[in-house]
Amino acid sequence: MEDPFATAFALMASGDPELRQIIGLSLRVTLTAVAIACMIGLPLGAALALARFPGRGALVVLFNALMGLPPVVAGLMVYLLLSRSGPMGGLGLLFTPTAMVVAQTLLILPIVVSLTRSVTEDLWLEYHEQLRSLGAGRLRAVPTLLWDGRVSLLTGVLAGFGRASAEVGAVLIVGGNIAGHTRTMTTAITLETARGQLGLAVALGIILMAMTLTLNAVAWGVGQWAKERLE
Amino acid sequence: MIPYNTRRSVLLGLASSLALLTALSAAAQEFITVASTTSTENSGLFGHILPLFQDETGIEVRVVSQGTGQALETGRRGDADVVFVHARAQEEAFVADGYGVERFDVMYNDFVIVGPGDDPAGLDDVADAATAMAAIAGSGASFASRGDDSGTHTAELALWEAAGIEPMGAWYLSTGSGMGATLNAAAQIPAYALTDRGTWLSFENRGPLQIVFEGDDALFNPYGIVLVNPERHPTVKAEQGQAFIDWMVSDTGQDAIASFTIGGEQLFFPTAGRPSE
Repeated sequence: MEDPFATAFALMASGDPELRQIIGLSLRVTLTAVAIACMIGLPLGAALALARFPGRGALVVLFNALMGLPPVVAGLMVYLLLSRSGPMGGLGLLFTPTAMVVAQTLLILPIVVSLTRSVTEDLWLEYHEQLRSLGAGRLRAVPTLLWDGRVSLLTGVLAGFGRASAEVGAVLIVGGNIAGHTRTMTTAITLETARGQLGLAVALGIILMAMTLTLNAVAWGVGQWAKERLE
Repeated sequence: MIPYNTRRSVLLGLASSLALLTALSAAAQEFITVASTTSTENSGLFGHILPLFQDETGIEVRVVSQGTGQALETGRRGDADVVFVHARAQEEAFVADGYGVERFDVMYNDFVIVGPGDDPAGLDDVADAATAMAAIAGSGASFASRGDDSGTHTAELALWEAAGIEPMGAWYLSTGSGMGATLNAAAQIPAYALTDRGTWLSFENRGPLQIVFEGDDALFNPYGIVLVNPERHPTVKAEQGQAFIDWMVSDTGQDAIASFTIGGEQLFFPTAGRPSE
């Protein structure tokens, strides 16, 4: 097996169009899934923290449990949904990047919902008297609380990004690992492992980790910058 | 309080992710989806022949490579236009049950038995594949099986049956994974394994494994291609799918298959020319 670090570096340096395409697709799919999960999950999590309705406890437990949803099960559910023989087969979405976004959104959403709920609950306990005195009811307080909790929420969003960019079970099933179309970093790693090209597989893993590291560094930097501006 | 900013950023986020989704699902050029096996994809055959087909016809072929069992299921569900696999009996059942239109012979390759270099089962001097399997079972050495309903797994089970052996026990390891993953496991244990020659030749993580038995007719591995029945699944792209099948069995396609080599060795041997009953 050749030195995987050298292979990774040579791959990056070569600017191989196939690799660029794979990295681009991985980022596009995962970031889209993160964006959609946030758009649904942030308001939903905050509502779950502040609203009072029967069955709320059950929902809270459900979303907590779904954080442990195995990616392959999420993939299978989306597969059966989007398959031509499934209820949404008419859309023709199976084996497309869109199907991968749907599966990954399903994986990230519980993380965003549960973390938002927990952060919002704590902030509400801390500030509800002030907010009330300003005339803000529970639901009117949601944007303020989310804004105040943004640094903690960012950690949750990053955890979601990490889960989505690292998983292979779901995107393999619903994307099909089609070369040039639905092949991502993780499915490419799976394929190269299956071909016994372990050096190349590890090199791709190193590149994926470098991407994740960069993104986390940027997010941390932004968080620090925001904190300093607040003080 | 920053409700306005929040609202604006939510709207911006909404708009940009919608734009992203649209870009992702933008209609591509003409394409068909082919459900095929790991052996054809992992060996690199598709990388060799598909660009030729696309140049000629403008049709992009998207290959989902799965085990034969899963690939046929993909076809049955209508999620592929063409199925290209290697388990003749299952393919014929696929057509007989009305899921496929007609099966065409395309090519064959062969299976080989690989095992640790010191060959504890002594396969050097056995006469046929069934005897070789019996020798492995009797030697106390391990055997790594795909165990995934693939064409290779089906062929392996047929060999055990021919040898009169029910593969069971601590020596028989069912990996439940693809050919490459099974070979990775066999190299580590080390264990004997049945593999198609194509995957073996392009496989690099061999460890102590080498070919210990080959060349018996029982190891013949024919590939068939079937159009998924558009009467059952109207979304099947029958015209383009048939164009792909016609090309695969044409002289051009057959030459393309024959010209694919790894290390100077031809992997797949064309057999087209006659539809099967």
